[in-house]
Amino acid sequence: MPRPSRRAFVAGTAAGAAAAAFGMPAIAQNAPFKIGLLTVKTGPLAQGGIQMEQGIVTLLKQRNNTFAGRKVELISADTGGNPAGAKTKASELIERDRVDVVLGPLAAFEMLAINDYIRQQGTPVMSLAGAEDITQRLANPWVMRGSASSAQCCHALGDYAAKELKYKRAATISEDFAFGYEQMSGFQRVFEEEGGKVVKKLWPPMITPDYTPYIAQFGNVDCVVNGFAGSNPVKFMRSYADLGMKRIPLLAGWTAMDDALLKSLGDEAVGVVSAAWYSASLDNPVNKQFVADMAKDYNVIPGGYSAGMYVAGQVVEAALAKTGGKADDKKALNEALRGVSLTETPRGPVKFDAYGNVVGDVQIRRCERKGGQLVNTIIKTYSDVSQFWTYGDKAFLANPVYARDYPPAKNLE
Amino acid sequence: MEVSTPRVIAIVVALLLLVTLPAWVGNPYYINVASQILFFAVFALALNVLVGYGGLVSLGHAGLFAVAGYTAALLLARGHGHLVADTVALAVTVLTAAIYAVLSLRATGIGFLMITLAIGQILWGVAYRWASLTNGDNGINVAARPAPFGLSLAGADGFYYLCLVVFLACLASMRMVVRSPFGASLRGTRDQERRMAALGYDVWTIRFWAFLLSGFWSGVAGLLFLYYNQFISPQIVALTTSAEALLMVISGGTATLLGPVVGAALVVIMKNVVSAYIVRWNMVLGIIFILIVSFMPEGLVPGSARLWAWARHRLRRGKSGVAAATPPAAAGEGGP
Repeated sequence: MPRPSRRAFVAGTAAGAAAAAFGMPAIAQNAPFKIGLLTVKTGPLAQGGIQMEQGIVTLLKQRNNTFAGRKVELISADTGGNPAGAKTKASELIERDRVDVVLGPLAAFEMLAINDYIRQQGTPVMSLAGAEDITQRLANPWVMRGSASSAQCCHALGDYAAKELKYKRAATISEDFAFGYEQMSGFQRVFEEEGGKVVKKLWPPMITPDYTPYIAQFGNVDCVVNGFAGSNPVKFMRSYADLGMKRIPLLAGWTAMDDALLKSLGDEAVGVVSAAWYSASLDNPVNKQFVADMAKDYNVIPGGYSAGMYVAGQVVEAALAKTGGKADDKKALNEALRGVSLTETPRGPVKFDAYGNVVGDVQIRRCERKGGQLVNTIIKTYSDVSQFWTYGDKAFLANPVYARDYPPAKNLE
Repeated sequence: MEVSTPRVIAIVVALLLLVTLPAWVGNPYYINVASQILFFAVFALALNVLVGYGGLVSLGHAGLFAVAGYTAALLLARGHGHLVADTVALAVTVLTAAIYAVLSLRATGIGFLMITLAIGQILWGVAYRWASLTNGDNGINVAARPAPFGLSLAGADGFYYLCLVVFLACLASMRMVVRSPFGASLRGTRDQERRMAALGYDVWTIRFWAFLLSGFWSGVAGLLFLYYNQFISPQIVALTTSAEALLMVISGGTATLLGPVVGAALVVIMKNVVSAYIVRWNMVLGIIFILIVSFMPEGLVPGSARLWAWARHRLRRGKSGVAAATPPAAAGEGGP
């Protein structure tokens, strides 16, 4: 089933449900449970958006479009990757299509744009967007995040770089937007508290045709940390290798070394150490099945975008099982969602903190070539990592949100 | 200025349809789409003052649209009331428009376009990078819509009627301006700049006032946008917003009153409604624009009027053999 269109998918769901009906006549009188997917299918973010859809479609296919004995209908909407589009599409899903739960959106600014609207409407949302404050200072009782906050993996990366790799001096580079700031600030905070120094922070614009002028500025450092997203990491790593910079080790956030990118990368990626909340190489049965199905249906290695929606779907399924398939009472459904704790997901065990953000494992991986294929091999697992790292929620939230200049970088040269 | 009976009937029917829209549309989602069409139509009408009647193509109007939104959002976030925030926002927008005008009116044509584009990009940069003021990429949320005279605008219906009132006021003011001596002189500066100057008209001043008018209504549209989304972020200041507004004006028909409205409806419906059914809606929109430019280079509204007149002409000649004089005013000179 390559990239189903919205209508085709609804038709497919109906057919699947009809087939399922022979085996399971129990709750046949019920209307389908509706999942709305806020994704991006046009513009620069489309790649991730399409993977999101593949992830949830794979789960639904495995479950024969049935969660807890109830038919499931998926309705996906293209926000175009901008805040106003996200608002309109959220309203389309919630007020027109009357979905029971929303998965997505992808980008931080999209989530921030609909945050208040979601609060008014009171429809549960499982977001993929990293924006820290969505589950922190602006925490919304209706919004959860099963992937990771922007800095959640980078805290672990900072720890690993300082403690295990014994790096002293780091340069950071990431796109000039909130997701980049939050990742790099998270890295900087932990890395500097453990004795490292961030001596250079660079912020190329989202669309940068040539990274050479930035790469030339790194200077004398032990490692370079990159937090790029979308297709930028591919461009960046290629120029980095072309300029003979590979003698300085490269570290990466989850989007910068997402497994879905591996097919577009070559030797320039070998040796890159990254921190991610999901890895296709994770050794558990659910993940093996997920990776196999994604390979079969779409011929891709799944990355965080697909896995994020797969896990979000599992959380919804678990909540529905708790409510006995009922979703009329949105409050009850929301409470069930927030209480979900799963042990078997592609990313490993998952539970949620009081703010709706996931507490789960973060993997440190090193990219290697195995049998001609690039693989992110897991070299260390940080278990049950919270968005607040080791600081505790009160202490963490007393500070302002991570930004381009917070925490201040005191060691810049 | 006599108005023909069919035209009166058409206007009354259109008004009735607009006023009763929430009743026959029903679903709040579609009412919200209608509200978006209305405030983007106000924005397109504002731009049309310059593009259509002044012959000055601006690619920086997103800046004006957003200055109003940002000013109001910032004031609201600092605890000011809606009335203060909105009034100051409009004043700041008109002031910004004056700065735009002073800088850009030294040129026409491509030069004018480039200067407005540059100022628009500067404002985008401010919104994006001056994070301590504008909250950068994360944008600013507005807690609630205003409730003038105790009327709630929180629901889709209430907000739609606000948009409708503003839209009708904008349309009426545009019609007044276009038909006034000022409107005639503005068109004069577009068509015969040097002759107007020779006749003693101050071309620069005429264009300056046109810019302020355009800025004011852009600001009004920006405020409606802010209240509709209850959120503003740098994306709306970006070049794409300016380009989209320009597409609305050009596809609907420049220098007509209804053209920008039809253009706004086309773009908003493609973006919001059609995109739910067609993944490649961008491509469909592109094809529609190409078709418009190929077959109706003057825009949808004058183009349809021309085709309609031509069809009627053919029909009458077929009947009586008398060539009917089709009103040339249908195209070019100002629509309804």
